Formats: sequence, C-alpha cells, structure tokens
Amino acid sequence: MVLACALLTAGPLAADSNQPPSPYAYKQLEDPRQEARAKALMGELRCLVCQGQSIADSDAELAGDMRSLVRERIKAGESPDQIRAWLIERYGSWVSYAPVFGPETLFLYAAPLLLLLVGGLLAARRLKRSR
Amino acid sequence: MTRKLLLALPLLVFVLFVGAALWRLADPPSSTVASKLVGKPVPPFALKPALPTKPGFGAADLAGGQPRLVNLFASWCVPCIAEAPVLAELKARGVAIDGIAIRDTAPDITRFLSEQGDGYARIGADPNGQAQIALGASGVPESFIVDGRGIIRYHHIGAVMPQDVPEVMAEWEKVR
Repeated sequence: MVLACALLTAGPLAADSNQPPSPYAYKQLEDPRQEARAKALMGELRCLVCQGQSIADSDAELAGDMRSLVRERIKAGESPDQIRAWLIERYGSWVSYAPVFGPETLFLYAAPLLLLLVGGLLAARRLKRSR
Repeated sequence: MTRKLLLALPLLVFVLFVGAALWRLADPPSSTVASKLVGKPVPPFALKPALPTKPGFGAADLAGGQPRLVNLFASWCVPCIAEAPVLAELKARGVAIDGIAIRDTAPDITRFLSEQGDGYARIGADPNGQAQIALGASGVPESFIVDGRGIIRYHHIGAVMPQDVPEVMAEWEKVR
C-alpha cells in the first residue's frame, strides 16, 4: 500500500520544463479543413525525442512544439509537403514516416515488384511442367 | 548440383538475415539525430533577450565576422548543470558563447546562472522551441559552432563533457 502510494505520487524525472505548451500543441485549428490537413501530416512525422511515435501520438514537449509549428504553418497557407520538406532539410528523411522515392529507398519500392516477378516465373514454370 | 544450390538458397538468405539482425542488435546504431544543417547557413531566427541584463540575438548576429558557439540550454535541464563548468572552461580558452534558453523564464535562468556560472555573452529566449526546431536540434543541451560568415560548422548533441573539450577546441580553431 505504501509502495502503491509512493508510485502514484512519484513525479516523472524532470525532463520537461514547467512552461505552458506552444499555442497549437493541444488546440485544433479553427478551420476543420486545415485541421484535417495538419492532422494527416502530424501522423506522418516522427517525434525526435520518443522515437517510434508520431508527433500526433507523443506527449513530449518537442512533439507539442512540432504540432504547433505544423498547425501554424498550415494556417499561414503552407502546404503539408512544404512543411515536410522544411523538416527533412533539418532532421533528414528519417523525420518523415512516408519514405520519399530516391536512390536510398529504391530497393524498398522495387522489392515487391521483384518478388512478384520471381514468384510469377516460378509459378509459370511449375504450371508449364504439370501440363 | 545447381538444384541443390537453389534449394539451399532460402536457408542461406535466412542465415544472412539472422546474422544481420544479431549484428545490429548487439551494436545498435546511434539514435541521436544530428542536424542536417552542418555546412549550411544558420536558418533565419530572431530571439528576444531572455534576461533584462543581456542582449538577445538572431541569425544575422551570428554572421558578424567572428565565430560563435551557440549553446541550447535550460534551467530545468539536468545535464546542463554538468555542462556549465565545461562551458566556463571553453570561455576561458577564448570561445565566444551565445545561449538559447529553451522554454524558460527570466527568474529561473537567473537562478540557474548564479548557481552554475554564466559564460554567455548573449542569451536569446526560445519559449516555444521554434529556434530549436529551426536549427535541427531535438533536445537540451546541444551546441553549434558557427563561423564568422554564419555557416554552421559543428554540431554537438548532449552535454559538452571534459573529454569533449579537445574535439570542440579543434573545431573552434578550424573556423577562427
């Protein structure tokens, strides 16, 4: 019981400030269409502190700041692709969960086609033989 | 013979895969995210003074002909306490340091500096982490060396510890 109480009242390690969050960290945009676009983008951006979560999922302060940045820029008329490119310029393509097509991701995109081709060839050979 | 080889192929691929997985699990790649802006100009930002006693600064002030070390810190950041004496040593060795206070208040910064020492020539306030994101940083503390033309030359993630001083000084000498 004592332990349970201690666990309940224990604060997390002081890794965050005690400052209020950024204006749009936990507030939706007034225009639902803009909010929808911001929301879609936030689901595809990686939180840099709690790597593995998107900034839409994460409660880290940096994630809140990034959500606010995304919403403020959408509100100012920037396109989601522009914002994504701006962040990739800073943190690399790693920050985005939607991999861009390029030399590094060529195998990623080509693999399904290659496997389909190999499978098709194997199946064709087998069918030909059994006839 | 070729048929045997073909049959062994899936096993070979599997063994290679297990090998690669074991190798990466035993020696995981670094999870810190280095800013991609090293070698590029400081992105535009302008920060208000964090304290009434020191000026703030912006990107334009970092292209003033002399190199600067830009240090992102916060009074609520525990590793920053360990870093403070090392920054004082860097200052004593001639490094000009500007601070960016992340999500902080003037009273807290004043208390932090009076307790841990103050090596900052200027301190800009970044209440919402927007300069932090613009610089491609993801935490505190982080440090950048910016040359006299405003180009980012070096990025150090985490506290600058005594063992990092030779590397930081070497990078500093390179841009002087």
